[in-house]
This record gives sequence, C-alpha cells and structure tokens, in this order.
Amino acid sequence: MYKIGVIGDRDSVLGFKAVGLDVFPTEKAEEAKAALRKWAEGEYAIIYITEGLAVQLEKEIDKYKDSRLPAIIPIPNKDGPSGTGLNNVRKSVERAVGADILFGGDR
Amino acid sequence: MERMNVNPTRMMLTSLKKRLKTAVRGHKLLKDKRDELMKEFLDLARENGRLREDVEKRLGNVYKNFTVASSIMSQEVMEESLMFPKQGVELQVSSRNIMSVDVPVFDFRTTAEDPADIFPYGFARTSGELDNAISELSDIFPMLLDLAAKEKETALLAAELEKTRRRVNALEYVMIPRLQVTIKYIQMKLDENERGNQTRLMKVKDMMLEEAIAEKKAKDEAAIERMVESCQ
Repeated sequence: MYKIGVIGDRDSVLGFKAVGLDVFPTEKAEEAKAALRKWAEGEYAIIYITEGLAVQLEKEIDKYKDSRLPAIIPIPNKDGPSGTGLNNVRKSVERAVGADILFGGDR
Repeated sequence: MERMNVNPTRMMLTSLKKRLKTAVRGHKLLKDKRDELMKEFLDLARENGRLREDVEKRLGNVYKNFTVASSIMSQEVMEESLMFPKQGVELQVSSRNIMSVDVPVFDFRTTAEDPADIFPYGFARTSGELDNAISELSDIFPMLLDLAAKEKETALLAAELEKTRRRVNALEYVMIPRLQVTIKYIQMKLDENERGNQTRLMKVKDMMLEEAIAEKKAKDEAAIERMVESCQ
C-alpha cells in the first residue's frame, strides 16, 4: 500500500488534504527537503511539490529521477503555473532526442 | 580510426571477425530498439505536455475557488473544516514493461463511503466556493495521478533512450570501424608475411638449383676429364 504526499505553501496545498492526501505545508526549502527525503525513502509513491519549491530542490529531485519510485511531480501553486513543470517535460525530450523537437523550445 | 593494439595472428583475426559480427548484429538490434523507443517516447511526451497544460489550467481554477473561500472564511474555520478528511486514497503500484523499461502504473481507490459526500464539514459555516474547490479537486484527482504516471514514464523512457542512443553511436562510430580497421590490418600483415615467405622460398629454391647445377657441372667435367685421360 502506497501513499501520496503534497509539499508546498500552506494556501496551495490545504485543499489536497480534503481529498485524502498527506500534506506537508511549508515554504522553507530546508524543511521541504527534509520532508521530501523522508517521504521518498518511505512508502510514498507520488509526491507532488509546488513549482517554486521544486526549483529550489532540483538537485534533490534529480536524485529520484531515474528510479522507478517515487514520482516527484511539480504542480503549480496558487499563483499559477510558472512553466517549471512543462520545462521538465521539455528537458526529458531534450535528454532523449538531443534537441527539443516537440514544444518548440523558446530558449 | 585507430586500430587496436593486437598481435597480427590468424587466431586474433578469427576472434576479431567474430566480434565484428556480434557488434554489427548488436548495432542493428539496438538501432531497432532506439527507433521503437523513440516512437513510444514522442507520443508519450506529446500527451504528457497536453495533460500537464490541462491539469495546470484546472488546478488554477481550484486555487481560485480556494482563494475566494479563504478570503470569505477565517483561517481557523477553514483549517478546522479540512482537518479531518472523509476521503482517503489507497494507491496500488504495479509495473508495466515498455521495451524493457520498468514503468510504474498507479491504481487508486478512494475510501469514502459515499462518493457524492466527500466534504469533511457541515455546510453551515463554510462558503460555497470551498465546496466547488473541493469537488473540482476531487474531479481532477484521477488526472493528477495520470499526470504523475505519465511524467515518470517520460522521465524513465528518456533515460533509457539516452542510454540506447549512446550505445548505438558508440557501436556505429567507434567499435565497428575500429574492428574493421584492425581486421584489415591483420589481413594485410598476414598477406605480407605470406608474400615474404613465398619470395624467400623461391630464392632458396634458386640457390639450391644453382648449387645442384654447379655440382652436376663439376661432376660432368670430372667425367670428361677421366674419359680424356683414359683415351690417351
């Protein structure tokens, strides 16, 4: 039996609690890092993390990139999407193909 | 392409030829794998991008409702209302194999007794926006899970694709040319040895012939001399 967790600022993640997910409200990168590590080693299969924090914890998240579990997925916070999530997909494409041929890279 | 540092012997030639054969076959197989992976991956990545945009848009809606709700209600009431969720989520993870890449498949089950009644609070003290936000969040939850699965799949496939691509290139541009060059080198060296041997043999044969002729001549001359002597 696996669990799903959400890490992010309080206002953004509160709602996820209502649908039955485990929530770790924080805005500090250090705290988020500790929680992420604990959850990733534990029984969490999916960890959603708000984009702002995801950028700060990129190194930590990259560690789990090639392992099967957990899936660490950036989601937008309440201020709307910053493009980090889509950037991740773009990066995957770049890694696989050598160049971004799908999303018309604006870089 | 630089050749390998090997002894130019017939045995080495045989083993190198075998290796070249294996390398060519491996290259072909890996190339097929790469092409198939690429096909899968591009479809998946395209879908992933679309799904992400969709989820982001709908999450934006949820957040909007939450913001409105939290501005109407006090923070305490809000937190109190959401403190004890009625709905739980049980997640099952199984595996799927795409071109020998193990990707997780998420299967979830909600544990609410009544799927229509997911609100963990009474309606008296909370605003309608909160209801909207939670019901929409509950609606897009399967999409969120789908996104998680797709995104992980994309990342894993990308890693595998990168590896395969590197292998194909290494075989195509390093291993195979190097083996070919080395095989050619050994073959030329062996041929050269062969020719050297041939000329040496011919030379020896010439020398032996000359010797034999000289011996014969000497014998003949001796015989003639003996004949002349006996006639006198």
